[in-house]
Amino acid sequence: MSEAAAVAGGRGAEPRHGVRITAIWAVATAIVLPLVIWVVGPHIPPGAMSQQTRDQHTVDVVLTALATPIVLMIWVYFGYAVTVFRQGGEAIVDGPPITGHRRIEATWLIATSALVLGLAVFGTADLLTTGGAGGGEGPNPAAKPADWRTALPVQVIGQQWLWTFRYPTYGGVETTVLDLPVDREIEFHVTSLDVVHSFWAIELGVKADAVMGADNIAFDKPLETGPFQVRCDELCGLWHGHMNTTGRVLSDAAFVTWITNEERRNAALTKTLPPYARVYYPQPLRNAS
Amino acid sequence: MESASVSVSERRISTPSAWSQLLGFNVIWAVALSIGGYALGHWLGTKIGMNSNAQTETDQDDVAILMGMGFAILGWLIGLGFFNYPLSRIAGRPATLREREEHGAWRYFRLCTDHKVVAIQYLVAVLFFFFVAGLNAMFIRTELTSDNATLIPAGNYLSLVGLHGTMMLMMMSAGVLGPLGNYLVPLMIGSRRMAFPRIESLTMWLTVLAGFVLLSATLLGGFPTGWTGYQTLADQARSGIDAYIVSFALIGISLALVGVNMIATVMTLRAPGMRWNRLPIFVWGMVTTSILAVLAAPVLLAALIMVVFDRAIETTFFIPSAGGSPFLWDELFWFFGHPEVYILALPGFGIVLEILPVFARKPLWGYRLAVAGMFGVALMSFMVWQHHLFMSGINSDLRPFYMFTTELISIPTGIIFLNGMGTLWKARIRFTVPMLFACAFFFNFLIGGLSGVFLSDVTSDVVTHGSYFVMAHFHYTIMGGLVFALMGGIYFWLPKITGFNLNEKLGKVHFWMMFIFFNLTFFPLFAAGMLGMPRRVSSYNADLHTLNVFVSIAAFCLGASMLIFLGNLIWSVVFRRERAGANPWQSKSLEWQLPSPVPVYNFERIPTITSHPYGYGSPEAPAVADFGPRVIAGEGGLA
Repeated sequence: MSEAAAVAGGRGAEPRHGVRITAIWAVATAIVLPLVIWVVGPHIPPGAMSQQTRDQHTVDVVLTALATPIVLMIWVYFGYAVTVFRQGGEAIVDGPPITGHRRIEATWLIATSALVLGLAVFGTADLLTTGGAGGGEGPNPAAKPADWRTALPVQVIGQQWLWTFRYPTYGGVETTVLDLPVDREIEFHVTSLDVVHSFWAIELGVKADAVMGADNIAFDKPLETGPFQVRCDELCGLWHGHMNTTGRVLSDAAFVTWITNEERRNAALTKTLPPYARVYYPQPLRNAS
Repeated sequence: MESASVSVSERRISTPSAWSQLLGFNVIWAVALSIGGYALGHWLGTKIGMNSNAQTETDQDDVAILMGMGFAILGWLIGLGFFNYPLSRIAGRPATLREREEHGAWRYFRLCTDHKVVAIQYLVAVLFFFFVAGLNAMFIRTELTSDNATLIPAGNYLSLVGLHGTMMLMMMSAGVLGPLGNYLVPLMIGSRRMAFPRIESLTMWLTVLAGFVLLSATLLGGFPTGWTGYQTLADQARSGIDAYIVSFALIGISLALVGVNMIATVMTLRAPGMRWNRLPIFVWGMVTTSILAVLAAPVLLAALIMVVFDRAIETTFFIPSAGGSPFLWDELFWFFGHPEVYILALPGFGIVLEILPVFARKPLWGYRLAVAGMFGVALMSFMVWQHHLFMSGINSDLRPFYMFTTELISIPTGIIFLNGMGTLWKARIRFTVPMLFACAFFFNFLIGGLSGVFLSDVTSDVVTHGSYFVMAHFHYTIMGGLVFALMGGIYFWLPKITGFNLNEKLGKVHFWMMFIFFNLTFFPLFAAGMLGMPRRVSSYNADLHTLNVFVSIAAFCLGASMLIFLGNLIWSVVFRRERAGANPWQSKSLEWQLPSPVPVYNFERIPTITSHPYGYGSPEAPAVADFGPRVIAGEGGLA
């Protein structure tokens, strides 16, 4: 860029900005990237309570690690540019008339395209191998976990402003508490009786919209026992922010004890419920009255 | 080309008396007639609606309210005189290109066909509603200082959330196209007007009306749906949602018309010599935004009409128990909604890439690539909308495709970063206020864009979807991107528009406060989302209380920075009135070669464009345009 330097003029020998920027960026990346992966990384939500959260955690660490050098590149470049290429004083001096650079443009396009393709392949592979990653997949899941045939079906019913849960393999009993067995694949069937809600079991890494007339299936496999939170994640009216509950992941024996007890205790009540179905249609929904 | 029928000597510049101005068609009559129209429509609607099930089974009077609003719109347009010209043409009067451009303050309160007047009307309106919506945000943050809804009743809180979101979306989609687009595009392409001056004025007055109609939701009990208006919540909601529907429909019409007008202007009214590869990049930003507006806004309008039918005449488009589907709304809304968010991003690209060369004193780096990037964004934005529905239970086979397209859109967006970086290479940067905002744009948009990659990846999206992570993401792109660019644009072009400089020191205080507190407000919210805080809640997990109090304090300071901006604007333009001169930034672009403020008909003669506007650094570069024998530029012109 000798002609460029000549036009800028008066600066004497240009330092090699490109080399300097690359060096600063390399050093910064070498310092920051390990910190991001090994110091910040372990603290990135959503924890390790289920197979899905462990996978989501890994993906988030990978994405953060990929983003770090990109952020640093842009920050280092801009930081360098605004300090070194700064023009003090009142004088208005023109810079060199560089209007573009074919090779840099092509390199940039190829690099971003490769990155994007890599991300898409990585994301798709992850989505398909983890049985939908804990997200709602609609009535016909494209991705299922290997042990989906032995999964425990649990229906999640959203209504303003309450979650209830039905266990079709236990006589279709309906509870207001979501208890699940550990180390077993769960097949959530999420639906709604009124407006759109979204079932978010935060520590389990499950999220699926509850829509009236739709059976939204999500798979999840809890790996640790303990409590977890359930929140509504889609605006559903007045008490949206209060539509939450807690659930528990229990040992297998404790779960069986609990559910058989629930089944027996609620037997009379269960008879009055509509029979278990994928979706339920209440009265046609009209304007509130 | 400008028609020869409008020559300089034929201009009407006489000012009619104040009385005839007051009695003519203006905003006072518009307000009166729209209130009268509302009363008439409501009365008629009550008569008609008496027999409908919707009204008798429930105590809702949607028919009456919707008819009232329809008549109010009619009254508003009659009062402003939008029917005068069509009627006079029907009556056989000759066609005119432009009229109603008399001097005097009254032209700001009526239909005016001068694009500069419309742009200033737009600017005032957009800023007014921007501040109203910003005030709502302050209330929201006040409520969130408590982890368990205590300060504002839950229904009012949801209305505040809905008003903030809808108002910001509506006003910011017109926020650059309206004020800066209408003002600058004709000046930049060497025209005396927009292609359709009356439609231009119509879009502006529809935007104003839309803002007030939306605010009327507070009188009708508010609405609970946020800006997305999801079904079946919107069908269940009470009358306040009618205000949301009508105002959004008005904005939809306005946006589509702005788009048509802008595209037609750039296609047909370029001065001789203004080849496509000489168009300023800001104009390209406006063109690509307009393409999105024209193609996306009608879909919104159609969907809203279906909602109106569902509510008023008992159709069941969106009601699953009667054969409809809420997914239909999701798809239609986001088919509009995703291009809409790029309607909010592209103008920012245009402004920033226009500002950078002036203060880097270098040509825009990679001009063709930048244009390609903008078109790439515009095209791709129609192919990504289902990423808003990853968790909704749509066909899950489609998710990898939408993940891929969503990630693809970062390629054209990345190009804009490359343009910015290339332009700063070996530059001679001057840190004026507009330049600070332009640089901050890249800082914020980088974070906004990369957080979008997390949302595009389905696995990661399971955690972040619908949470405060999303909320932080789109505030980084829309506020950190568009609003920072718009602020930069206002500091950059206001001297041209008003003829007065904005105070530099106050501007810098405003910038640093806004930049620091913007980041302190929104960056922690990424964490809040990942830790389990859903959007639009008034109560949240107690663990997140400290974080939210911190964010609220930062948000109040962010709000305070906006007051500094407002103070600077009013003080500099109304009281200080320091003359800016024709070209305070020593820009080479065409609009800066005109006097400030720009005279009524812009150019004495239509100039012949001789160069692209970025001829910095090469002494032999030709001036941007040949103004003919009488050069009208003031001092510093034709640099």
